[in-house]
Amino acid sequence: MKPNLNLWLIPLLPLAGAAINGFLGKRLTRQAVTIVALFFSGAALAMALLVAFRFSSLTLPYHEFFAHWIRSGSFSADFSFYLDQLSLVMLLVVTGVGFLIHIYSVGYMWDDLSYDRFFSYLNLFMFFMLTLVLADNYLLMFIGWEGVGLASYLLIGFWFTKDSAASAGKKAFIVNRIGDFGFLIALFLLIKHFGSLNFDRVFGGVVSLPAETAGAGLLTAIGILLMVGACGKSAQIPLYIWLPDAMEGPTPVSALIHAATMVTAGVYMVARSHVIFERAPIALTVVAIIGTLTAFFAATIGIAQTDIKKVLAYSTISQLGYMFMACGVGAFSAGIFHLMTHAFFKGLLFLGAGSVIHAVGGEQDMRKMGGLKSFIPWTFLTMGIATLAIAGVPPLAGFWSKDEILWKAYQTSAVYWGIGVVTAFITSFYMFRLLYMTFFGDYHGAQVEAHGQGSHGSDAHGHGSPHESPMVMLVPLMILAVLSLVGGLVGIGNRFENFLAPVFGSMEGVEGASHGTELLLMGVSVAVAFLGWWLAYLLYYKRPELPQRIADSLGGFYQTVVHKYYIDELYAALFVKPLIDGSTRILWQGVDRNIIDAAVNDAGDGARHVSDEVRHMQSGNIRSYAGWIAAGAAVVIAFMIWMGVR
Amino acid sequence: MVPLSYYLLLSGFLFACGVVGFLIKRNIITIFMSIELMLNGVNLSFVAFAAHWHALAGQVFVFFVMVVAAAEAAVGLAIIISVYRTRETLNVDQVNLLKL
Repeated sequence: MKPNLNLWLIPLLPLAGAAINGFLGKRLTRQAVTIVALFFSGAALAMALLVAFRFSSLTLPYHEFFAHWIRSGSFSADFSFYLDQLSLVMLLVVTGVGFLIHIYSVGYMWDDLSYDRFFSYLNLFMFFMLTLVLADNYLLMFIGWEGVGLASYLLIGFWFTKDSAASAGKKAFIVNRIGDFGFLIALFLLIKHFGSLNFDRVFGGVVSLPAETAGAGLLTAIGILLMVGACGKSAQIPLYIWLPDAMEGPTPVSALIHAATMVTAGVYMVARSHVIFERAPIALTVVAIIGTLTAFFAATIGIAQTDIKKVLAYSTISQLGYMFMACGVGAFSAGIFHLMTHAFFKGLLFLGAGSVIHAVGGEQDMRKMGGLKSFIPWTFLTMGIATLAIAGVPPLAGFWSKDEILWKAYQTSAVYWGIGVVTAFITSFYMFRLLYMTFFGDYHGAQVEAHGQGSHGSDAHGHGSPHESPMVMLVPLMILAVLSLVGGLVGIGNRFENFLAPVFGSMEGVEGASHGTELLLMGVSVAVAFLGWWLAYLLYYKRPELPQRIADSLGGFYQTVVHKYYIDELYAALFVKPLIDGSTRILWQGVDRNIIDAAVNDAGDGARHVSDEVRHMQSGNIRSYAGWIAAGAAVVIAFMIWMGVR
Repeated sequence: MVPLSYYLLLSGFLFACGVVGFLIKRNIITIFMSIELMLNGVNLSFVAFAAHWHALAGQVFVFFVMVVAAAEAAVGLAIIISVYRTRETLNVDQVNLLKL
């Protein structure tokens, strides 16, 4: 008998939580809202763990049909779910990290006026994200894909009374639309050529096609269009610009959506479509190049940022670039491995940053922090672990996954590896820079005056001197710290890769490099991690006056980096301004005002003028009516006589 | 035998008299009488055609018109009396409450 896992419950549980808190939250107490939110996200985690425990007894991939959705001719798309090793990893990451961040948010958002709304959105996000990872066809995946975009928009603009938050939400939504456009066209191509969006049927159709080694063809087009979608969702060049602005949202949101889960949806989608990409080498190269460039480019911007969340945002973009680099060189399992470890340590970094911001009363500028180590020891400890993990210090999680990616990249091309190693160095540098600026040295912030509890519209809380966060925030930090410590160990001896092998197939062929080379490369990446650490130590701990001098001597170049290479300004000049001008001058003032409005107004004016004239007939004088009747009758009679005579 | 056209001319003349009276007179009673004149002008053409075509339908129609005219006279005069009682005038130009 086929086992029934009731996968449909996993996404629907958070949806129920979102509905309860969304519709009734206003009438519930904070405690009740908390219980609802935590129960439903926790239940999803429990279900996911249940699935994981029964996993070994399943025949994979496991399909579960839930309900009919679209049936049109030979095309069909259903609400049905698909479980294999890849979905399981994503499922555990999303529910696990998601649940921890739910717990953390209880402490972080407790004083916010819209507590219920926050948790409703957060649960809604979980629903869509789980739909995305469990979907068994591209269309259902697209529903989740759009849904997480919606949840992201709602949560970035959560403090919508703040102008910057509202416009950051819009920016994220619009930039994502551009990516989604590519994704949609890819789906149309799939329907046209394979008649289905079901993973099994599409991949079955693709497998029979030859690899497009000679030139670009259908699969290359589909692959590149899918990558356009992934670029939007996962913040890759050229569509990465929304992610730094997305930091306007509450910090737990940045941790959950804009670091750990949603932004990795693009990586998941590319990995899920690996069958297509493997037959389209050009598309795969595009993925690798975009990933590598993004990794390097975003890391350099990260060096010069002073907002603690912005540093982490660029770091996220950079790490996502690593994942795409891995996918691009065909090492999908390495990409997913990094996705998982990144979810741990980047989630932890963001939650830690939230704890820091909480401690110093809403301040996000690292120049106004410093010396916080003694005020908030637990936050320091956990963030320190996360920093070591992302920098790639063995044996923490980031080391294993990043090394795996670099090793696979080296086997494809030493160029990818070279840029990857340089990026690893920069990563280590800016992360330790963050750590030193925030936790070491002297405290530069003023004693934050106590401002009103429950202030709406910022991360601020009531305050005296910097203080440690409550237990409900620290426990998730500690759990994630443990995961960041040991999460990489599952990758030892290719165990993670072997686990995913049924999905991706094992990497075969490339035996060009020996075991010795692998160890050498490993040594290099560890060395650059420590080099970055040492440099940050030198510049931001031993000689804190040095960075300013270096910045001054670099002059214009430094300013360019601080202003993120003026990419936002460039996009504004190239795309936003022409669009706004065109809409204003041609569409609004030209077409809308002069043609559409004018037609409507003239029709109205004409009717009014004619009526004004005809009105005089309606005098109220009975005898004049009679006169009109008589005249009319006379005309009719005259006409009939004339007709008769003729 | 008087030709049909004579009757029709007389009928048209009576009807035109009624129309003109209706249009130029201000007194309701006179207007009322003009209406009767128009009706009877029409009646005349009915009976003229009936006699000409030896068809009874025209004469039957005249009876109908007479009945309606009688009813109209009863209702109309009643309205006129009540209008006079309330407005103390029979001038139609002053009976214009329905006008905006």
